[in-house]
Amino acid sequence: MITGTDLVKRGMAEMQKGGVIMDVVNAEQAKIAEEAGAVAVMALERVPSDIRAAGGVARMADPRIIEAVMGAVTIPVMAKGRIGHIVEARILEAMGVDYIDESEVLTPADEEFHLNKRDYTVPFVCGCRDLGEAARRIGEGASMLRTKGEPGTGNIVEAVRHIRKVNAQVRKVVAMNEDELMTEAKLLGAPYEILLEIKRLGHLPVVNFAAGGVATPADAALMMQLGADGVFVGSGIFKSENPAKFARAIVEATTHFQDYKLIAELSKDLGTPMKGIEISSLAPEARMQDRGW
Amino acid sequence: MIRIGVLALQGAVREHMRSLEACGVEAVAIKRKEELNEVDGLILPGGESTAMRRLIDKYDFMDALKDFARVGKPMFGTCAGLILLAKELEGYSEPHIGVMDIKVERNSFGRQVDSFEADLAIKDVADSFPAVFIRAPHIVEAGENVEILSKHNDRIVAAREGQFLGCSFHPELTDNHRLTAYFVDMVKEAKAKHLV
Repeated sequence: MITGTDLVKRGMAEMQKGGVIMDVVNAEQAKIAEEAGAVAVMALERVPSDIRAAGGVARMADPRIIEAVMGAVTIPVMAKGRIGHIVEARILEAMGVDYIDESEVLTPADEEFHLNKRDYTVPFVCGCRDLGEAARRIGEGASMLRTKGEPGTGNIVEAVRHIRKVNAQVRKVVAMNEDELMTEAKLLGAPYEILLEIKRLGHLPVVNFAAGGVATPADAALMMQLGADGVFVGSGIFKSENPAKFARAIVEATTHFQDYKLIAELSKDLGTPMKGIEISSLAPEARMQDRGW
Repeated sequence: MIRIGVLALQGAVREHMRSLEACGVEAVAIKRKEELNEVDGLILPGGESTAMRRLIDKYDFMDALKDFARVGKPMFGTCAGLILLAKELEGYSEPHIGVMDIKVERNSFGRQVDSFEADLAIKDVADSFPAVFIRAPHIVEAGENVEILSKHNDRIVAAREGQFLGCSFHPELTDNHRLTAYFVDMVKEAKAKHLV
């Protein structure tokens, strides 16, 4: 009997497919999320839009918040640690968190090195903007991917760019001859073995969720249609007027992403969605997606 | 041609379909209850049982699933699917579909860091079967008509009661399709009986 194998860590993310993972900041929100049909919750001190507004250094959440969320729900609980912060990750693992997000939403602890995620029993999810970044994270041991998008903006444009880019590059690798893969690995900055695995499988070896800007049920369905395996919703739900209703609508739109009549129905009377930020108005240092490499 | 459905509300649907196809039968993703009429057997996949249950209720699947069981068509629940099949759930007053005479405890091996792989002996299936347990449930009690197929550390992790097959682990995550093939045989037998 062995724990922490690739099958066990990647398999956990496979079980989340077709589902919605919701950011929560306390036990009460976690219960609303579970009740609405979330497949997991992400325990945070602040949702990304509040992190953006607050400025300063964003760190791992207070363990008490994470504990409270873990005690409140039976679905898996994820938590974010800073990029390259070995000790935050070890603390979260020691607490029994089910998945760690090595996240650019928090201020990076290391601008050069991401975590060596193979060292851990707990599985990791990481953000990516293209296949090179995705393959590097898998190479380091990430068991799940998500688009980076631009967190806390309520603007889907970056997440769309990232999922299209990754999937187009995957299609290219799958169609290539094997003798062309080393050059492609060099050009992408991707581990050769990971590209070989993608070519053999015909798809990424781990699931890839949408994240970073999903603000409406239609946004969630759009990302599913573009090939995401599921959806992370950060600021969108608990910044909306009726979180429970909004959360249920996102879950249903994700399940039935091609049922447009249904999505029309469940998009009615959701109240004002989060205001949203035009990406070009962000100062370069405010772009979270450029954190990590 | 045998057609087997995979309940496709959430979870590891694609893997089960791949496994069914490897066993030489047609796999159908079931998103609407009407589609249940078109299949001879049904797999309830791994995923999050609470999320699946909400979608089952939302789309009015529950009666259709119970009817599916009532007419004698085989059902196979893996992990979350096992929880959906059980007549009794530890710590809960109500079951979900509640058709298989077993009592199941959720997340009974611990959190994700405790998830594991183990080789199992499964009666009539394999002497050594690679089983992947992810935040897995286990069968605490089994009724007298339930045949216990496998145990891990004295806990029941696979069982069959007539048309129902359930396991704690994820046979769909590996390339060993023998448990799926066992279920396919159950479906073939059930279909043959209804034809004569």
